[in-house]
Amino acid sequence: METNSDREPPAFECHDVSVSYDRKPVLYGIDVSVPGGSLCGIVGPNGAGKSTLIKAAMGLLPVEGGWVRMFGRPLDEVRPRVAYVPQRTSVDWDFPVNVMDVVLMGCGGKAGLWRRPTAADRELARESLEMVQMLPYADRQISQLSGGQQQRVFLARALAQRADLYFMDEPFTGVDAATERAIVTLLEGLRAKGGTIVAVHHDLTTAPEYFDRVILLNMRLVAAGPVEEVFTAELLQKTYGGRLTVLSELALRAQEARARRGV
Amino acid sequence: MGWRVLPGGGMSVWRWVGWLVGLMGVMVLSGCGVVSGERAVDFVMLRDGHVRAALPGVVLLGLNCGLLGTLLIARRLTMLGDTLSHAVLPGIAAGFLWTMTKHPGALLIGALVTGVLSSLVTGWILGSTRLKADAAQSVVLTVFFAAGIVMIKLLPDGSKAGLDRFLYGQAAALDAGETVLLAVAAALSVVVIWWGYRGFLVLAFDPGYGRAAGLPVKGLHLLQMFLTTLAVVVSMQAVGVILVAGLLVIPGATAWLFSARLHRVLVLAALLGMAAAVMGTFLSFAGDGMAMGPTLVLCAGVMFGGAFLLSPRYGMARRMVSVMRHGRRVRREDGLKAVYRVLEGRGFSGAGFGLEECGQSEGMMRSLERRGMVRAVAAGGWELTESGFGEAARVVRNHRLWELYLTRRAGFAEDHVHDAAEEMEHLLAEENIEHLMGVLGHPERDPHGRRIPRSGDTIETSAARHE
Repeated sequence: METNSDREPPAFECHDVSVSYDRKPVLYGIDVSVPGGSLCGIVGPNGAGKSTLIKAAMGLLPVEGGWVRMFGRPLDEVRPRVAYVPQRTSVDWDFPVNVMDVVLMGCGGKAGLWRRPTAADRELARESLEMVQMLPYADRQISQLSGGQQQRVFLARALAQRADLYFMDEPFTGVDAATERAIVTLLEGLRAKGGTIVAVHHDLTTAPEYFDRVILLNMRLVAAGPVEEVFTAELLQKTYGGRLTVLSELALRAQEARARRGV
Repeated sequence: MGWRVLPGGGMSVWRWVGWLVGLMGVMVLSGCGVVSGERAVDFVMLRDGHVRAALPGVVLLGLNCGLLGTLLIARRLTMLGDTLSHAVLPGIAAGFLWTMTKHPGALLIGALVTGVLSSLVTGWILGSTRLKADAAQSVVLTVFFAAGIVMIKLLPDGSKAGLDRFLYGQAAALDAGETVLLAVAAALSVVVIWWGYRGFLVLAFDPGYGRAAGLPVKGLHLLQMFLTTLAVVVSMQAVGVILVAGLLVIPGATAWLFSARLHRVLVLAALLGMAAAVMGTFLSFAGDGMAMGPTLVLCAGVMFGGAFLLSPRYGMARRMVSVMRHGRRVRREDGLKAVYRVLEGRGFSGAGFGLEECGQSEGMMRSLERRGMVRAVAAGGWELTESGFGEAARVVRNHRLWELYLTRRAGFAEDHVHDAAEEMEHLLAEENIEHLMGVLGHPERDPHGRRIPRSGDTIETSAARHE
């Protein structure tokens, strides 16, 4: 892959990023750099902060110190180039919209969130639905979709953004094997066109097959890099070998002390 | 389960029936004694000055509340309507204490201040404790409301008389100035929602995605809160502080039952809000100055009740009808199945049978006869028609195929499958059957060794295959 890493800034880079939930620290000083044109999995045990990393990158959670850049720039400057696929379970699927309505949310970026959808927007939405083989369901009420179909609608919404960098939160959860395979093929297609995907992934057995890079995470960064270098028994053991309870407790205590001092 | 997926075509009829009956319900209610015909004519002709003065404002209020209430429901913030509607009361009392007159400007400003204050306090509690929204809001709304009551009680006797109309509302209280205020508030809501509809849609459906895509989530939220507070404040003279919450939520909730697209829900809620306003004004007028708030909310409640019973999507009536229809179909199919087993026992030597041997009633046979499944033959006997035999074979096939599927593919024991198949035989569609046939390799016999009928079986072919 000749993504000239010396000249072009990485698609996604974060430096010394720490995040807390309800004042409880979940990520400490994360340094990650993902070059353009890669399919990168974020792997780690439950509660390791995988989703948190993505949410912090998208500005949905406040970052305490450190910085995040996409294509060498702050997110605000390159937002149209970055798409986000939230966890499927994060929304109410009884909400009164149909499949087309959801996909249209991805059309036209920020400006598209205000104007009435144009004919071009609709065409784009249809193309995106076709890419995930959901076009026949365009007029379907979202409450009638299966889990896998819901996931594909979310993907289509992100695809409609025609972004260069995709953050996906557990895109394979609750999806049947055939859909999972179809999604992987789709992601590989995006990568072939120079796109970058960063996805939270749960299944260790498929991770090396699906991704060319991985980020091993357990509240702090264990390792990040090409699969063949990082996806080793030793590093995985390190990732999954117990929570960092001491670190977590001490950090919480330190923060409380700071709060008491009124910092 | 059958009633869950409704065909699109039949819907519109139900919709109209629902509307008609709902409207009739309201008319009957209005007709019930409260009204004399003369009053009704006066109302419709707008002969009464009070009605002429109040009606435009109340209609605009209904429109505004319908729109904003729908957005509250979409974001699951309806408790916020309750909180606001209670929290404005101390503001009204404070506005009075401030100026010692019932000057509407002062009262409105006071209400606006305590309304916003209640939101801030709620947010503060949420941000710094582990309490969830419902608890925080309940605390705030009751405390604010109690404070308002105490403040009003402490006022000198002569002056508090007028303030109780803020509790229940009074259409007569609406003068031109207040109507203008209501118009401004409604126009603001219409413009903002028209302009920002898609933003509000994303905010309600998937705020996380919206923020990630650069939507000013906080700004939209504040805008919505501002419009809602304004709506409550300008509505309180007409409908009273507490019941305005009902007017916010009920039209939206009613519309929610009718449509599955947010923009349609919004339009419908606005229309329902206006309809409730007209009817409420009428009842309040006809009931000789009956308080406006209760009559408006009752009208909205009647509409909701009608929708709840008759909505094509979720209506109880529709549900009951389909449950009943399904029940009748199940009984007919069970009847045919019983006949089939009797004929099978005789090696399909003929289509004739008697009622006792099948355990069937005369009424069941009449019902099947009307559908061309059986016909009466001499001496109280019956026989299956060709289509009746086909139908019976279909049900028996479904039953036996499902039993086979459960034992072979789902690992059920043979004596566990009968009851499941009794239910499933009525639900399997032809495409399910094709799939099952394929999976099971077009089987001949069920787990108990009985032959599985095929589609297109007639009594002759069945007899030929029966050994």
